[in-house]
Amino acid sequence: MLKRTAPDTHITIRGLTKSFAGHPLYTNFDLDIPKGQITSIFGPNGCGKSTMINMVAGLLPMDAGEALFDGKTLAQTVIGYVFQNYRDALFPWKRAIDNIKYPLRIAGKSKGECDARTEELVQSFDIRFDLNRYPYELSGGQQQLVSIMRSLAVHPEVLFLDEPFSALDYEMTLFMRDKLQDIFEATKTTMILVSHDLDEAVYLADQVLMLTRRPTRIAQVVRFDAARPRHPETLTSDAFNRAKAQCLEVFQREVRTKDIAT
Amino acid sequence: MKDILSGRFANALTPAVGAVAFIFLWWLAAWLKVVDPVLLPSPQASAKAIWDGFVGGNLIKDLIITVRRTLLAFGIAVVICVPLGLMLGSSVRLYRSFEFVIDFFRSTPASALFPLFLVILGVGESTKVAVAAFGAGLLILFNTAYGVMNARKTRQAAARVMGASPLRVMTGVTLLESLPQTFVGMRSGVSFALVIVIVAEMFIGSTDGLGQRVINAQMIFNMPEMYATIFGAGVLGYGLNLIFILIERRFIHWGGK
Ligand SMILES: Nc1ncnc2c1ncn2[C@@H]1O[C@H](COP(=O)(O)OP(=O)(O)OP(=O)(O)O)[C@@H](O)[C@H]1O
Ligand SMILES: [Mg+2]
Repeated sequence: MLKRTAPDTHITIRGLTKSFAGHPLYTNFDLDIPKGQITSIFGPNGCGKSTMINMVAGLLPMDAGEALFDGKTLAQTVIGYVFQNYRDALFPWKRAIDNIKYPLRIAGKSKGECDARTEELVQSFDIRFDLNRYPYELSGGQQQLVSIMRSLAVHPEVLFLDEPFSALDYEMTLFMRDKLQDIFEATKTTMILVSHDLDEAVYLADQVLMLTRRPTRIAQVVRFDAARPRHPETLTSDAFNRAKAQCLEVFQREVRTKDIAT
Repeated sequence: MKDILSGRFANALTPAVGAVAFIFLWWLAAWLKVVDPVLLPSPQASAKAIWDGFVGGNLIKDLIITVRRTLLAFGIAVVICVPLGLMLGSSVRLYRSFEFVIDFFRSTPASALFPLFLVILGVGESTKVAVAAFGAGLLILFNTAYGVMNARKTRQAAARVMGASPLRVMTGVTLLESLPQTFVGMRSGVSFALVIVIVAEMFIGSTDGLGQRVINAQMIFNMPEMYATIFGAGVLGYGLNLIFILIERRFIHWGGK
């Protein structure tokens, strides 16, 4: 039973099935992710948000099913991935600048091209700290900026972000959200953002994918169409509050009630 | 005065306290003739033997020979066992299937293997080097494999997601990720190789090297010479360890960060 694909779809996930130690996590899971939009994924702890994006990004094998990008396989697609734990994701033996160049080197770019692209990134990110330092010499926010720059170096068609800001302090988080939004507006890269913070999930998203407890299904997809760029004032707008209230209602229904029942 | 004693000056001297105390006790024991002076010469007599050995005699020559054997054994062990350890460590299943064999040989005293290697390789240079390389190699193999297995997987995942081939992930990420543990293996490996080389020089028909020198000095009751050679072996062991620590600090600048 093949589901039809919506017209502006970028990623089609069909029949995704995965279980751990005999306990099903996803069974025949279908999902369309729109092109050139930010899709936030929100759901209770352990419902399989990381597992899903890791499977789609090819970091984890699926038991069954497939994910196609504009009809192409993963191998034919350029993707970027930003890990939650920047400390474990950057290469500490390489200077920040060489971390950023790494995916370009892998893609076989010449030294000149690598330098030009990093310079471009430095300009667009308005980087003020010294990229010739090693990652462990940078602050957490600076390290995560470097990881984001690294993930963008190759102009990915899709960018995956797994709780990218959850290890940063509040001020840095606000700054990084807006930075991410700037990048999105400049590039219109399809982004998939896992977030634990409902405000953040809604604030950045064109749509919020609400997941249930495992075995995981889509509880609802909540649209948020506020104009971009969004500002801190967006957080107090009616549209924002309506979208957030709707998410909360879904969350209460799908998570809390079951929680009490079990 | 108090400032000087508790300040930088005192800090610089602290590590020397133990050595000075040791030499003083030695001198005291020799002076009081606690032990037969033939068996325990004074520090001065030993120092003179060390000096003569290093400057005029062939202590330095034997030392170089021992270093050469040790480094040769170590080099062979590294070249074979680091890649092997990387391979074993990157597949848990592969490691589990060889774990018993590795653990068994690692627990077998390498010196017990001398007769076996003598039969295969004869009483030459190769037996000494081979047994040392074998023992050191197992230490390196097992530490490298552990380094790979216990490395956090995020960086390898990051490299994979950026399109790095398995070989590139292995050489560009896994190898470096496991390097701190590999260094632990190499450091214990080189010390172990030295132990085996010296034992081999003592007992399997050797005409040179520190081990042969110690045992010869002992047989002709040349105690200062014996102590001088023991001291030379100590300096060598300590020096090798120190060199490794320095290389490690320089090379693995990110260690523990
Ligand atoms: N390697 C594994 N072996 C066994 N179970 C696993 C494994 N990886 C994940 N799981 C289980 O699968 C479920 C989903 O895990 P996942 O990390 O995807 O959740 P998540 O939604 O990202 O959670 P969080 O919000 O805590 O990040 C969890 O219940 C987890 O215990
Ligand atoms: Mg997660």
